[in-house]
Amino acid sequence: MSADTMLGDRQKLAYIASQAADARLNVELETEGMTLNIGPQHPATHGTLRIICRLDGEQVIWAEPSAGYMHRGYEKLTEVRTFPQVTTLVNRIDWLGSFANEVPFILAAEKLMGIEAPPRAQHIRTILFELSRIANVSLFLGDLGVQMGAITPVFMAFRDREYVLNLIEGATGGRFHPNFDRIGGLKDDLPKGWIDETRGVMRKLRKFCDEMDDLLFGNEIFQSRTRGIGVIPKEVALQYGLSGANLRASGVDYDLRRDQTIPMAWSKTNFKVWTHPDGDSFARCWIRLQETRESTKIVDQLLDTLPAGPVMAKVPRIIKVPEGEAWVSTENPLGEMGYYVISKGDLGPFRVKIRSASFNNISIVPWLLRGVYVPDVITILASLYFILGDIDR
Amino acid sequence: MSAVDAPIAELPGDALRERAVDQLRSRLGEALVDTLVKPGDDMWVRVRTDAWREAGIALRDTIGLDYFCFLSAIDWMPSPYGRGEDDPTEPQQERPTEVVQGYTGGETRFQVFARAVSTTLHFGVNIRTDVGDDLTVPSWMPVYAGANWHERECHEMFGITFAGHPDLRNMYLPSGFEGHPMRKDFPLLARMVKPWPGIVDVEPLPGEAAEAEEGSDS
Repeated sequence: MSADTMLGDRQKLAYIASQAADARLNVELETEGMTLNIGPQHPATHGTLRIICRLDGEQVIWAEPSAGYMHRGYEKLTEVRTFPQVTTLVNRIDWLGSFANEVPFILAAEKLMGIEAPPRAQHIRTILFELSRIANVSLFLGDLGVQMGAITPVFMAFRDREYVLNLIEGATGGRFHPNFDRIGGLKDDLPKGWIDETRGVMRKLRKFCDEMDDLLFGNEIFQSRTRGIGVIPKEVALQYGLSGANLRASGVDYDLRRDQTIPMAWSKTNFKVWTHPDGDSFARCWIRLQETRESTKIVDQLLDTLPAGPVMAKVPRIIKVPEGEAWVSTENPLGEMGYYVISKGDLGPFRVKIRSASFNNISIVPWLLRGVYVPDVITILASLYFILGDIDR
Repeated sequence: MSAVDAPIAELPGDALRERAVDQLRSRLGEALVDTLVKPGDDMWVRVRTDAWREAGIALRDTIGLDYFCFLSAIDWMPSPYGRGEDDPTEPQQERPTEVVQGYTGGETRFQVFARAVSTTLHFGVNIRTDVGDDLTVPSWMPVYAGANWHERECHEMFGITFAGHPDLRNMYLPSGFEGHPMRKDFPLLARMVKPWPGIVDVEPLPGEAAEAEEGSDS
């Protein structure tokens, strides 16, 4: 079977382009190029992302990610759901930080309705938001080691992530898909004893961050595999709409927790927005480690200042959202996650545009992988940190 | 716009948005069709289709929106299938077909909309344009490189062509796929074959019909 027939229909054009590149190469260097398929089923792709690389020896001369193996059509599905039902859908977008996906949608609906959650609900929302960030990023830190052949970090990450998942389960009832956020507030208040337990877990997580810092980031092999690899300059990062740690690692001081006014409790806390001037793989990983530390501090501060009161505002039993349009985005674990919600005064939204972070973050890959060596492909992909559900939606 | 009165203009961010409107107007002139500023919140502008790319360059260079957020399209036609709650065994209901656009108005069924943000001034602009019968809009790829995948997605989901985009391959669907799934007249098959069980959620429980319209604490 020739390579031509093995490729799917949709890859034809891409294949022709790679053949053209190959022909040029043969003329110039008198070497034979090779097409390397990474994925769709490959541990380094965190799901079903396929990356087609044209190689010249060990060097990638052309790369194209092929997403869409997990497209679930959430934008279409939101049009046939009521507003409260949409949270069930959207918390499956980035499945490692599910609660964080619900928040911007609920905020957009609340903005359209002109209501705001009570202060206690805002605090608890922010706490759970930061807990999902910790759960998400600690998995990243563990997984990062595996990509480079270090096995120990993944066990440590899964051990400590379990404490956080237990907390999320304790408060919401769901480990992965809490579906806890409601228009006007939260489903329930925090359970008894949860606050003290959370403080203990935050101490453990800070220790985990220190261990990771020593074990992984201080490791000479790790540094040599990531420093100066996959450099994204500031201008390019902004052009592609990279967000979150990927953007801050390129030296852009932009964090939606600090840089916008939304009814959440981040404005009541002190935290540092870390940036790194290098823009390489190491910078992206390092920023995430620092952010996990900051998240634990945010949670501690919010637990100290947790106000009393109800967790639910007065909302009608049947929620009809007035006609209008609203855009709300938040700084999710993977980057900027936003919803553009258009309502026609109906029970459900007329149109929801879901702006997910990984979609933009991964669209830079064809630009970024050109000229890198094959082993670095894996570390660069790992450092960009994407979740497949967040690309395909 | 002149509709904004003085006390609101003192809020932070509004002077920024008003200035952005003025800058766009002086740069684009007639091509800037309509604007809407919600003080302290957000702003919307609508431009003529032929000025779409020019408007993008103006956003990036004149107003300084360095960060590309997203680009997509809206189909303003009401869905002939409603919200997918019909019983598929019953004959289909008559539904309104009037196309009503949202903020900043419009003339066509489809509109392309995008958002760009300034990472230093901390505000963004929602920009949109009508899509004529040829369903073609100039590509934003020369303006923001990140528009590449967004335009590909928009092309396969809405059937809108972006003139100047080098590679409008499908991202999600097989290349022979017929139809554009995000159009309102594209049926959601799952809702066509059997009644949606979730409908019970929005009906008041027995005995609660009277208080359903009032507020409830829980």
